[in-house]
Amino acid sequence: MLLLVGYFLGLYFFDSGIGGLIIALVVWGVMSLFAFFRGDNILLALSRAKKISRDDHPRLYNVVEEMKIASGLEKVPDIYIIDDPALNAFATGRDPNRAAVAITSGLLQKLNRDQLQGVIGHEISHIKNRDVLLMAITAVLLGTIVILAWYATRILFFSGMARNRRSSSSGGGSGQIVILVLAIVLMVLAPIMAQLIYFAISRKREYLADASSALYTRYPEGLASALEKLAASTSQLKSANKATAPMYIINPFRKKGMSASDLTSTHPPISERIRILRSMAGGASFADYDQAYRQVHKTSRRIVPASAMATGAIGLRAAGLEVTEKEPDEIQRARETSDLLWRLSDYKTITCDCGTKLRVPPGFKASSIRCPHCGRINPI
Amino acid sequence: MTWYIIVGVVVILIILFIVTYNRLVRLRNQVKNAWAQIDVQLKRRHDLIPNLIETVKGYMKYERETLEAITKARNLAQQVASSGPAVRAKAEAELSSALGRLLAVVENYPDLKANQNFLALQEELTSTENKISFSRQYYNDSVLSYNNRTQMFPSNMVASMTSFKASEFFEVSVAGEREAPKVSFT
Repeated sequence: MLLLVGYFLGLYFFDSGIGGLIIALVVWGVMSLFAFFRGDNILLALSRAKKISRDDHPRLYNVVEEMKIASGLEKVPDIYIIDDPALNAFATGRDPNRAAVAITSGLLQKLNRDQLQGVIGHEISHIKNRDVLLMAITAVLLGTIVILAWYATRILFFSGMARNRRSSSSGGGSGQIVILVLAIVLMVLAPIMAQLIYFAISRKREYLADASSALYTRYPEGLASALEKLAASTSQLKSANKATAPMYIINPFRKKGMSASDLTSTHPPISERIRILRSMAGGASFADYDQAYRQVHKTSRRIVPASAMATGAIGLRAAGLEVTEKEPDEIQRARETSDLLWRLSDYKTITCDCGTKLRVPPGFKASSIRCPHCGRINPI
Repeated sequence: MTWYIIVGVVVILIILFIVTYNRLVRLRNQVKNAWAQIDVQLKRRHDLIPNLIETVKGYMKYERETLEAITKARNLAQQVASSGPAVRAKAEAELSSALGRLLAVVENYPDLKANQNFLALQEELTSTENKISFSRQYYNDSVLSYNNRTQMFPSNMVASMTSFKASEFFEVSVAGEREAPKVSFT
């Protein structure tokens, strides 16, 4: 789009498309660089994510820290909450030391500790595997291919046309016609191919992130049951962004009943991911995930790069290593989360003696407030 | 001509040596770093225990022995804090099983379960327990790949020339540790 605009602007101002094209290329380059260096902040701001600290939600913070330890990252990524009932999470940041994970409040309510661990493990592995960087580079490279193809076909097209007109009297334009047809085919196909490659890489990284999550948690069932809950929910994330779709745990733009072999999706179908995770009977290593993948797909292709599979057999989490406390149930989690969100938007929460929670907005001036339920006067 | 070949082979060997050596150094640092992680988490657990004892003491009149066992195990674990993985793993396993015994009887004290302070402590303790096992997992993975490098051909030649020694795993040696923390509050 930008290129077209640049092209026609150039056509208008410089009497040739090329000058405009160069301007467009420069602008595009600056934009991608900008997106690369500041994109995470912009993305977080766009999705209205709020940063939280350890005291805001100790459990979430602990889970992230646990996964940071399991993955061997150096720094705990920043943690953001998005006030949205949709179930989704994403990771961002161009290198592991400047990374952030964001999860929706809906997710925080719906998932128990093991499931949350699986999801955070998935996001942390996007950070650990530098997927944000990889996808940015892929996008830039493929974008360049598209531009070059478009530019080349333009030249062919116009020069072909011009010569055609001149040589029409002498006949013999069949060579030009072949070139013309080829050019048109290329022009149409190049962007589509680039898109398909981009999606294919993105899906592959999703599988790798699932495999890594299983490896970190040693408990594929956690992520599998979390994905099940995510698949069951129908609400869509309001603030999703197309450019960053590969970083979400599930495709934020998914439609219902997406077919299993959808080539134009950034994510593999959830049902398939769940099936692979559930087929990991033997252990939690990459080799086990790979085997499960091949079993589900009935192919001999590998999904995890062979270089990553050097480590030996890794067992699933021994059931006895965990203190299985009685976890807060969904209602408690919902209360926790809504308390957190009110606090993040600077509301004060006062619990009246009758048990009613009073939310005091940030601009409230008076020094006390009357409980509407029992009539007690509560100081602020 | 033969000179060029000889020089070429030597250069390639030197480059291979440097690459292998650097990889060994990186892996050894990773092991050290992973060990530091375990250390942090074990210390954190030691620090949590006085607080925990203080909180539950008032409620648990009949569990003096359990509490004493925890304090004792903690002090012992702190004493061996600068020893090698095998010694520490044993002391920490004792502490884990003592803690497990305490958390198992919490069910008998409904007042305690309603205490906000205790609930926060419980979350911290659970998470620290998880962090210990995750850092141990990462440490053992690092040790495995480091040891593989030091023992497999051809990197073992570089390793023995430059005195890289295999590291020790942090293994759960006491049978009690495997079962004890399995606590159900339901």
